[in-house]
Amino acid sequence: MATVIIPTPLRKFTNQTARVNVEAGTVGEIINRLTLDFPELKKHLLDAQGSVRSFVNIFSGDEDIRDLQKENTPVNSSTIISIVPAIAGGHQ
Amino acid sequence: MSIHDIQFSKEELARYNRHIIIPEFGEEGQLKLKAAKVLIVGSGGLGSPALLYLTAAGVGTIGIVDFDVVDDSNLQRQILFDIHEIGNPKVEAAKRRLEALNPHVRFILHNTHLNSENALDIIKDYDVVADGTDNFPTRYLVNDATVLLDKPNVYGSIFQFEGQVSVFNFVNPSGERGPNYRDLYPTPPPPGLVPSCAEGGVLGVLPGIIGSLQALEVIKIITGVGQTLSGRFFTFDAMNFENRTFKIKRRADNPLNGLNPSIRTLIDYEQFCGMRAVEEKPVKEISARELYDWQVKGRPFKLIDVREPSEFKIVQIGGELIPLATVADHAEQIPRDIDVVVHCKAGVRSLKAIRELEEKFGYTNLYNLKGGIIAYIDQVKPELTRY
Repeated sequence: MATVIIPTPLRKFTNQTARVNVEAGTVGEIINRLTLDFPELKKHLLDAQGSVRSFVNIFSGDEDIRDLQKENTPVNSSTIISIVPAIAGGHQ
Repeated sequence: MSIHDIQFSKEELARYNRHIIIPEFGEEGQLKLKAAKVLIVGSGGLGSPALLYLTAAGVGTIGIVDFDVVDDSNLQRQILFDIHEIGNPKVEAAKRRLEALNPHVRFILHNTHLNSENALDIIKDYDVVADGTDNFPTRYLVNDATVLLDKPNVYGSIFQFEGQVSVFNFVNPSGERGPNYRDLYPTPPPPGLVPSCAEGGVLGVLPGIIGSLQALEVIKIITGVGQTLSGRFFTFDAMNFENRTFKIKRRADNPLNGLNPSIRTLIDYEQFCGMRAVEEKPVKEISARELYDWQVKGRPFKLIDVREPSEFKIVQIGGELIPLATVADHAEQIPRDIDVVVHCKAGVRSLKAIRELEEKFGYTNLYNLKGGIIAYIDQVKPELTRY
């Protein structure tokens, strides 16, 4: 079980839920579970090959999972996973 | 300019007293600010508070890049501007406001669209860049240009209730260079997947918060006071009032400054961001000169202007105003039996309008004015107001 923080731009795909508790052992399992529970999230999180998209960062605590074991990064009940996609607004 | 060449007047010492009496900041910090040259890319939601605070703080030289004009829809969050400036170029409106705030600051205006041709030339003269733009191509452009020119880039970005801040390409006092935007996000989302603020909206206070944080980081970089956000990535969720600070690192596969750099000059960022990958069948085009020819020869045709009413007020060339968002609802006003020329400011919105009309209503008589009203003004009627 870990807590996943859904960013504002993706909340429309999670019924506006900001935090989701997911029963899983790794970050990869969390992503799979999320995309099963919220199918519309899938194209925003994963590319055609099933890898995390390069404009989406996933952090376990304050560490980028690319600096840990990527999708194999283990999680436990106190882990907070943050999904942080690129956003570009600011001027208009 | 070295800080040893600078002397403050009595007025400046009085003005900056609240900075100078901070022990870690002192007169030296204030002198560093006055010696510094900062470029703010975009004077909109993020640029407004950043420019106001950096001007108030006494940065010596501030450059502003913006190609846009003030629109009343900006005033919900772009606190640099007021109703008297609607229709005026943002850089000029910004300068008027900022000079009234602090006459000791020199402003350099770049009333242009930052692009691969001009970015290096504009950025090279500055010490620090703050990126407050609103689209992925310009984000990557500013990032790459600052890395190629070895400048720190204070990044801020917003969407709806979410804000992000970091400091990119910053070399710390130990000589270690921090990550840049390509380390954080190697590639942008494909067009259409992530809506822009113009489509998705943004809470007006949020750019005030994020742009102010950018100003803070600019001041810290210049003065050397405190720890910058280099190597860290700050996110703020205004909806739930939650902030998080993540660690970010340089990546070996960064094409700019990783182990095997492949980008040594600026590239085509529209293409990089996939903007051209969605090319559909071409629409018919007409040049500004051809349009003028049609007009003077009295050829029967109809001219449709798909810009916003505020732009129409600034300048128009005889077209019927049907803003892009309302084109489908007003299709009955667009004839099928004569040629119809559609124009906007630069030719992009009119292209969208034509595609929509062709797809939904099967029009075959529509021409896009290449380069929009700007091309028409440049090539045919230079006496008209350009914006």
